[in-house]
Amino acid sequence: MNVSTNVPSSGHAEPLAQRLAELRGPAPQRSLNARSLAALAANPGCHRRAVLDAAGVDKSALAARLGRPAPFGQSPFAIARGVIFESRLKADDYAALLEPLRAHLGVPADGGAPVQVPDLLHRSGPAVRADRTVEALARAAADPDAWTLLDHPMLRLDVAGGTAYLEPDAVVVHGGRCTVVEIKSFPVLDGGADPAKVGAAARQAAVYVLALQQAAAALAGRPLATDPYTEQRLPGSPRSSVLLVCPKDFGNRPTAVAVDVRRELATTRRQLGQMTGIGRLLAELPAGADFDLAADEDGVPTRSAEELAASVEAVPAAYGPDCLSTCELGFHCRARARCGDRVEQLGRGVRGELGSIRTVTQALAAAATEAVTAEATTDAETGPDEAAERLAYAAALRAEALGRIPVAGRA
Amino acid sequence: MSLLTTLARLEAVRSGRAEPLATVRHRHLSDRPMVVVPLTAAGEAGAPLAVMLGTDRDAPRLHLVPQPLNRTLRFDFLAELAADLLPYLESFAEDVEQIEGSEKDPETGEKTQVFRELCADAPQLIVPNGAGVRHLALLGRSTRFRRTVEDDEPGPYPAPVRVPLLGRWLTHLTDRAQVPGTSLLLSMTGLLARHWATGQSHLEDQHLAARLAWHAPPRGLTGAEAAERAESARDDRGQLLHPPAGPATDPRFDEFVLAPAIARYDAATAALQHGVEQRDEAAAERARAAVRTAVEELREVLTAVLLPTWRDVWHGLDLLRTLPPAGHLAERWTGDRWSYTGHRDRLAAGEPPQPRQDDAVTAARKLAQREREQARLDVQEALDDPLAMAGHRLAGEAFSGVVTEVVPDYDTTGRSPKPRPLVTLRTADRPHADLGREAHRVRSEAEGGPAAQKAEIAAVDPAGGTITLRMLSGMGRKKEPEPGSLPEPGDLVTFTLFELTVRQSAPLPEPDDTPWTHGGPPGAAPVPAPSVSEEWE
Repeated sequence: MNVSTNVPSSGHAEPLAQRLAELRGPAPQRSLNARSLAALAANPGCHRRAVLDAAGVDKSALAARLGRPAPFGQSPFAIARGVIFESRLKADDYAALLEPLRAHLGVPADGGAPVQVPDLLHRSGPAVRADRTVEALARAAADPDAWTLLDHPMLRLDVAGGTAYLEPDAVVVHGGRCTVVEIKSFPVLDGGADPAKVGAAARQAAVYVLALQQAAAALAGRPLATDPYTEQRLPGSPRSSVLLVCPKDFGNRPTAVAVDVRRELATTRRQLGQMTGIGRLLAELPAGADFDLAADEDGVPTRSAEELAASVEAVPAAYGPDCLSTCELGFHCRARARCGDRVEQLGRGVRGELGSIRTVTQALAAAATEAVTAEATTDAETGPDEAAERLAYAAALRAEALGRIPVAGRA
Repeated sequence: MSLLTTLARLEAVRSGRAEPLATVRHRHLSDRPMVVVPLTAAGEAGAPLAVMLGTDRDAPRLHLVPQPLNRTLRFDFLAELAADLLPYLESFAEDVEQIEGSEKDPETGEKTQVFRELCADAPQLIVPNGAGVRHLALLGRSTRFRRTVEDDEPGPYPAPVRVPLLGRWLTHLTDRAQVPGTSLLLSMTGLLARHWATGQSHLEDQHLAARLAWHAPPRGLTGAEAAERAESARDDRGQLLHPPAGPATDPRFDEFVLAPAIARYDAATAALQHGVEQRDEAAAERARAAVRTAVEELREVLTAVLLPTWRDVWHGLDLLRTLPPAGHLAERWTGDRWSYTGHRDRLAAGEPPQPRQDDAVTAARKLAQREREQARLDVQEALDDPLAMAGHRLAGEAFSGVVTEVVPDYDTTGRSPKPRPLVTLRTADRPHADLGREAHRVRSEAEGGPAAQKAEIAAVDPAGGTITLRMLSGMGRKKEPEPGSLPEPGDLVTFTLFELTVRQSAPLPEPDDTPWTHGGPPGAAPVPAPSVSEEWE
């Protein structure tokens, strides 16, 4: 995860930025990245995550302070493998990367000019790097014959009043348009890959495409197209297919597959747009609540675990079991959902089945109701009672099948 | 079925323990299953790290790759695994029974009697979870095309002789595991999920130890608390008290335990090589001892992370054996025995390994088979288990009730009158029973076995809670129904609105008649030869 110390740069949001910085305390800001944005977009109803991410709170550290540390980590073997694979791609002037890309864009293999790789000032802060990327992108787009590869560029994306800095693996510019390249180390085996991993990569790449679309529109002084499915053919605007580069079969040789991300793009745009304005969420926070993880000189934390837990509790969460694999606070929110007796602990789908019933106690109470006999039931009875009635019916069937009540009782 | 499952989960939340989802065991369990717990090296698809296996819970055997990136060591591992697993897989091939069948002579059309061999039993592999099945499939895919020194063109990296054979068996078993209701290769999480509900989500149930925690939580803990402890409790060195069931290992184990152990192995082998190059016999001897120590250390740490899962799988088998076997298990296991026998015969006939991608004909056949088996499984589970039937009743596809009246009636349209009695039953079920719809009476073995007895819905009175059916078959050939062929007032009966035997789908065309839309007859296009030296480094 990228750590940067700069404050969100949107000029109009100065008081907001100040407020977010106060929430975070003196700890360094954790910046949003494409992975966290994609996860955020997957659960746009979660205010807790939206606030913590906007304030740049280190959720891993927060989870540890709350007593349920995030179980995430990456094996050094996986990291080493990723490094080896990426270095292979960059060998021989990015030949392994450009060859499939040329095929994908329909340009002959000896596609003319050698690839240019501008210096993107990787040692600078994100804001400087982002400015530099915009510049390099504009220059590259101006010459349609040139091949330009932006190696780990830095993109800006406005999210819910704050600015996120995103770092795609590569962006290739040719013919005035750019293509996002996403390098992943899961294999493409016999022409197919794990759909879950491809889906996650596509959602992540869609965030980059959106950032590039915004940049191109801003550069041309035009608004972003309202329909996410139309490709704005502005100078430097991205193609809606991204190039996924993965190892082929069981080896280290790369293979590239074009993935159309228009659907993911539309979803991301809609969900980011829906994200409740962060200001309104902050307004609902009680005074004095913050997520200060810093400690004083003696190593005594500024805020006790109880204070932090109370602050976290003040922002409502939308927990579902899939949070466990995507959010650092997943285990904490699960424990809260269990304490709250909520049915979501069994999965999001369960809520659909149970209608307006929200707690396990309510559901079991409905199930324990004497099964409504056929005589008492009329078709007019619908709405909230329907789920309860079905539960009671299911409970009667279950009890009968398990031999828990005499069958004669139902006859 | 799903609301019933949800209800069971809700009950489990309240009770803090796993709650039953079945009254019988719906999968065959072998008397001598082979438990296989594989581990994979992170970062690379299908790269084996270790495997613990065996048919005796007190004598697990461990095979490992001391340096997962080394191709030679990986082949050594696979050769060891083949030498361990193949004798088990092949041990069922000899004991056969002769099954009588008939075959039509293609020219004369005459039927002739033939006998086919069917193996009396078949192997059964149990892995901890679904990811374990996928890992075995990857191992099968990565090994079945390997050339060995016995091939004409062994290529630059010949594999040990029995490795491709292991790959073909693993491919067959993982392929068979895709067919619903089969039992040659099963995952323990899948088995437990079919028979018990926990008070957590399906996602969390994939963690075998967490799942099992709901079955026997330690005193004073609820299932949820015990499951969380299994998921996340760590010792003072930051290592999980209960390692995950794999095949992926915990990243912190990789970082703080495995990586240093592998580094020590690498250093020892480097020293050994150096000693050999320098012809320094004493140094080489010291290095050999260091290599042995390093391997022994790896063996210890891998045993430590594998043993808890090994015990969990056997514990799961104990739990499953407490359930009585379902009535249709033997029938479905016979299908597995045919599958095993067929693969044995294909190997004996020298057929090439399973292709990377199925051709259109094979794919269509497999799909049709899976659909047919799913339908058969649904029906058989419903007949074997009142809790499964309850799911169909809840869905309005079946109903049970007590017979209140049986009125004789006759169909007199033909030359001789046929019995068409009316059976009325009182039920609280609310099936989708349209008038005239066909229904099928469920009869236990004692009531005449599974022979179908058809009826049609004659009247429905939702207010009175009664349904009247006209019986159409299964009453003999006489004017009056055979004694005992009809239920009597006071009997508890169940009818389904779906057929109780699975209908054969329309036959697929002969392979030679495959339409061009599906690539034409197979064999027309040249099959690309499997690569001699597929990269694997």
